[in-house]
Amino acid sequence: MVLIGVLVVIVGFALRVNPLLVVTVAGIVTGLLAHESVEAILSQFGTAFAKDRYMAVFVATLPVIGLLERHGLREQAQRLVSRVRAATTGRILNAYLFIREAAAALGLTSIGGPAQMVRPVVAPMAEGAAEAAYGELPESVRQHIRAHAAAVDNVGLFFGEDVFVAVGAVLLMKGVFDQFHIHSTPILMGLWALPTAVAVFIVHSIRLYLLDRRLRRWLSGRPAAASSSGEGVSS
Amino acid sequence: MIRVEYVYDFVGLILFLSSLYTFRDRANPRRITTGLFYALYGLAFILADVLPPFVLGLMVLAIVLLAGFGGVRTGSYGEASAADREASRSRLGNRLFIPAVLIPLLTVAGVEGLGRIHVHSVPLLDPANVTLVALGIAAVIALVAAWSLTRSTPVASLREARRLIEAIGWAAVLPQMLAVLGTIFASAGVGTVVARVANSIIPHHSLFWAVFAYCVGMAVFTMVMGNAFAAFPVMTAGIAIPLIIGHFGVDADRVAAIGMFAGYCGTLLTPMAANFNIVPAALLGLRSQYAVIRAQWPTAVIILAVNILLMYAVAKW
Repeated sequence: MVLIGVLVVIVGFALRVNPLLVVTVAGIVTGLLAHESVEAILSQFGTAFAKDRYMAVFVATLPVIGLLERHGLREQAQRLVSRVRAATTGRILNAYLFIREAAAALGLTSIGGPAQMVRPVVAPMAEGAAEAAYGELPESVRQHIRAHAAAVDNVGLFFGEDVFVAVGAVLLMKGVFDQFHIHSTPILMGLWALPTAVAVFIVHSIRLYLLDRRLRRWLSGRPAAASSSGEGVSS
Repeated sequence: MIRVEYVYDFVGLILFLSSLYTFRDRANPRRITTGLFYALYGLAFILADVLPPFVLGLMVLAIVLLAGFGGVRTGSYGEASAADREASRSRLGNRLFIPAVLIPLLTVAGVEGLGRIHVHSVPLLDPANVTLVALGIAAVIALVAAWSLTRSTPVASLREARRLIEAIGWAAVLPQMLAVLGTIFASAGVGTVVARVANSIIPHHSLFWAVFAYCVGMAVFTMVMGNAFAAFPVMTAGIAIPLIIGHFGVDADRVAAIGMFAGYCGTLLTPMAANFNIVPAALLGLRSQYAVIRAQWPTAVIILAVNILLMYAVAKW
């Protein structure tokens, strides 16, 4: 019976109903099936909303990012990479993957993020590199590159952070084992996270190399920046 | 002590003040409901610590209904023209990166430096939320730096913040609502049902199938909950502890991180992890809200397979 809430979510997302409504209805249905009162369910909504405000803290950075964008930050990021001939979309994203994953492995999870880094800097650089090589990009290609920029941010963060001992994930794992009186050592748990962290970097780097090849297949044969030298950067 | 609530107040203030512009934005066909949405969202942020949970829950319900029935639209934001942006870009050059880079640098410096300082044996930063508080302080300092660099007013930065906030739209509220749902799922016992089903399917004499069920179970249950942290206690107690650790005698340290990573593969695949998958899609102006998941799924599936083989190898060894 309690799985009906899960069903509501799957059907709702599949039918493309507004996700906010789907999630709220699923929550209310699940609560009612568990014999909770409407008041108790709404109180849970309130309590969890207050507790999970941390998820929207990135909004605090938007006045800075917005202001810098108005003064040409994204254009400057594009321009910077268009001067580096070795820079390709895949290589830029690969470099960011390395920085993001290595920083997370050292516990520096706040370096990066979609609002602070991907939108103002990483995505324009990745687009700028493709533009410098192939000229003006079709909108579908732009969208594809941006989606990959956001993906790199997630992949690097997730698989880097468990290597670091003092991070929430490792402490949670220890807490679970402690409950069952099973001995566990945070240092060793971080150590056994390393093979996957390395494997992720290799797999995703190969995919970014393939992204470069895909871009070449889609876009070569179009006028390259070399023929209109110096004017490749436009927004 | 600088408490995390101050950071939430700052966020709430940005949301609320930007809604004042939205109410007057004649280019927005639903400017009143859109304005109400952001005003209520901002107020809920600020008042969450003083209002009783039930009243806050009613506010959250109102926010959801405003957005759920198409009340949140976009308007006009007086964006700088390409020529204006180019003019200030050529004037400021790479100095434009300074405030942007200040945010992560000061956050790290704040965590490592200010996080250890005590004043009269009271910690300077809220010890439970050092990173969030440091991020808030870093954002404020970077904002001042951006004002002086671009010679702009606070009002201009508020307008630009509104442009970005409304580009995200109702998706900004989704992560918090999904977290609410996760809590309700957990208290209703969805996890124990999933663990019981997984446990009844796997043959108990096979280490490989136990590992397979644990890893795939972590991924699938994470997709349902949108959060690997919610899946880990349930699947570990349901499968890993009785079978892999108990029956087959594998060291807990060896399976823990790999199991958690199997969950993260699920995070890469699910719209339920909205803060990682849906909000960035909105922030980057992607037409499909699933575009980020589409870019991630091959890596997620390959790494899930790698995790299964790796855990099996590590358990055998």
